[in-house]
Amino acid sequence: MLRYKSNLIILMVRHVVCPFIMLFALYVIFHGHYSPGGGFQGGTIMAASLLLMRLAAGREIAQLQFKSILATPLGSIGVLIYFGTGFTALLSGGEFLNYRFLPFAGFTAAELRSLGILMVEIGVGLAVMAILVAIYDDLLEGYPND
Amino acid sequence: MKIINGLLLIAFGALLVYASLGLPDRGVVDAVMHREKSPAGSQGASSYYIRNADKDANTPNMVTVILADYRGYDTLGEETVILTAGLICFLVLRRKKNKS
Repeated sequence: MLRYKSNLIILMVRHVVCPFIMLFALYVIFHGHYSPGGGFQGGTIMAASLLLMRLAAGREIAQLQFKSILATPLGSIGVLIYFGTGFTALLSGGEFLNYRFLPFAGFTAAELRSLGILMVEIGVGLAVMAILVAIYDDLLEGYPND
Repeated sequence: MKIINGLLLIAFGALLVYASLGLPDRGVVDAVMHREKSPAGSQGASSYYIRNADKDANTPNMVTVILADYRGYDTLGEETVILTAGLICFLVLRRKKNKS
């Protein structure tokens, strides 16, 4: 089996590229109202940046950036954000996932729907990011120098 | 056996290609799925989405409105599927730590 050896070029390229990938992921999530993109795509790009860290620097160093024990709870929190948006609309008088009934004052109905879509996309992005990282970590479970 | 499998695959592919010849071309206005009303005379959903997506949700991207608002239940189910896949990977692949 190949043993991991630290390589200066890979580490430096990861240093430079990783923040830009994260920024682009946030752009894809939050600009999904106006351009192609959204929660699934942005979450996948964010997971790609985290996995680049894990591939380039090895597992122990990558734990400093994103602990693998955090992945499954974050995925559950993402799903809970989606459910919570729906239930907030349900509890304040509307139907489940009818964002017009979200309890925020000072918005018109169309703006409330836009806001609800944004909350849902954030939940989807969080869940997709965390679950992809969790699957990668589960696959590498048990290898000593990964 | 391999030859029979290959022949079956080729025959099925040829059948699919032949069936795709019967589909209407892109952008044909008179095709059934592009008409405003269904053959039974009821209003189709797609024309409503195209006309009202920007007005309803104040969002220019029609795909996002359909994905997250009109079809919110569907996206909720997709996200639950992804979470379930992650949890199943966790359950199948993680090993118990030996206390030795």
